[in-house]
Amino acid sequence: MYNNKVLEEFANPQNVGVIENADGVGVVGNATCGDIMKITIKVENDIITDAKFQTFGCTAAIATSSCATKMVIGMTLDQALQLTNEKVVEYLEGLPPQKLHCSVLAEEAIKKAIEDYRSKHQ
Amino acid sequence: MKIYLDHASTTPLKKEVLDAMTPYFCQYFENANSLYSGGRQTANAVALARQSVAKNFGCMPNEIYFTSGGSEADTWALKGIALAHKSKGNKIIISQIEHHAILNTAKWLKNNGFEVVELPVDNNGFVSPQKLEELIDDNTILVSVMYVNNEVGTIQPVKELAKICHDHKVLFHSDCVQAVPYLPLNFKELGFDLASISAHKFNGPKGVGALYVRNGVKIDKLILGGAQERSHRGGTTDTPAIVGLAKALELVQDSRDNHNSHVESLRNYFEQLVKEAIPFVHFNGGSPRVGSVSNLAFEFVESEGILMLLDMDGIAVSSGSACASGSLDPSHVLLSMGVPIEVAHGSVRFTFGEENTKEEVEYTVKSLTKIVERLRQMSPLFNLKQGETHNV
Repeated sequence: MYNNKVLEEFANPQNVGVIENADGVGVVGNATCGDIMKITIKVENDIITDAKFQTFGCTAAIATSSCATKMVIGMTLDQALQLTNEKVVEYLEGLPPQKLHCSVLAEEAIKKAIEDYRSKHQ
Repeated sequence: MKIYLDHASTTPLKKEVLDAMTPYFCQYFENANSLYSGGRQTANAVALARQSVAKNFGCMPNEIYFTSGGSEADTWALKGIALAHKSKGNKIIISQIEHHAILNTAKWLKNNGFEVVELPVDNNGFVSPQKLEELIDDNTILVSVMYVNNEVGTIQPVKELAKICHDHKVLFHSDCVQAVPYLPLNFKELGFDLASISAHKFNGPKGVGALYVRNGVKIDKLILGGAQERSHRGGTTDTPAIVGLAKALELVQDSRDNHNSHVESLRNYFEQLVKEAIPFVHFNGGSPRVGSVSNLAFEFVESEGILMLLDMDGIAVSSGSACASGSLDPSHVLLSMGVPIEVAHGSVRFTFGEENTKEEVEYTVKSLTKIVERLRQMSPLFNLKQGETHNV
């Protein structure tokens, strides 16, 4: 059901953890649905210099969290807001249909973290 | 290393079973319904298999109907009884923890005008005979409760349930698919009117099972066709599969006591090691339960991740019921038992079998401990919990 790229990302996730004194925090999902994703970001001069995640969820949820954080590091906030779930899925070379919602969670968690940063830095 | 701990899902075919089946593929291939000598020979093999199966289940050979497996037997039992007895009533009672073969057939019947009532289970995973007594009425035509639950292994009080049904002149069916490897089954003594079994759960071939229908019970056909199975079930007789089922059943009858003590000692050892090594674990399913099953729920993590990482260490297990793996909802069995939904998301089923060893149990617990710890480190819920603990 999962391709090798997804399994590899899941088995060796990058950016696991929480950034202390993070500039932005995004939490999406709930335990009842079986998925919670928390993404913290560090921002300098409008650029995401670091991103970390903690995820309660399935193989796909962990793999998408890992690749979404990898993808946004180095992006400007505006670029990161353009990150869509399709791009995350493309990076992972596809996800099973019933797991596509996990990639949506990753997109939403990044967006929430950026919103959180912007609300504090208006 | 390759460790198979998913025997409730399926079991390896035994060499003796394969040997019994082999001549009926190429050499004695003739249709068992043909009149010439080749056909009579295969028909004879099927008749002997049916006699052997009947003897092992304490019933008559003409009460055994071979099917394509447990799902067909379950579907046939429910639909066949509902349709044949609809002039008497339209209420069917099933338990909340049935296999999807029963649940989805009951749903079909509900969509087609029947009333379906579900018997609840307690926190330990047991149906209450008293509750059945409350729900059964003059409109009830059939009650179906599984003997052994496939996810937590609990043994249901089926004999008592069957008696209540008979006191009310209601038919009783039991899905015995998970019971065969562990419990001696005498359908007459148990008081069953119908029962389903499946060969691949006891080292037989996949794609063959049987429905027991007590003589005198009227049942509609599910699969229409020729005159096979005494005109009750169409489809060319699958001689090798039926011979294999009978052989596997003979072997399981002969070795059941040894098998039970072997798997039970492994399961108990496993649970003891898990208890010592991993915090925040729920052990699902009360006593009595069959010796092979251990259903554990690990708080703060989702079971699919555990399953995939165990697989990377060569260990095969299932999360909840494998049939549910296409769905995102956690196990209906655990939810019926009152396990909180977020905990049910972290449930894994380990089922032990004949070929497993103590060393495999130890290796599995080591791997499992490491995996659960790793996934918890990744989980915001666990880190929240740790934070709470620090604050206390």
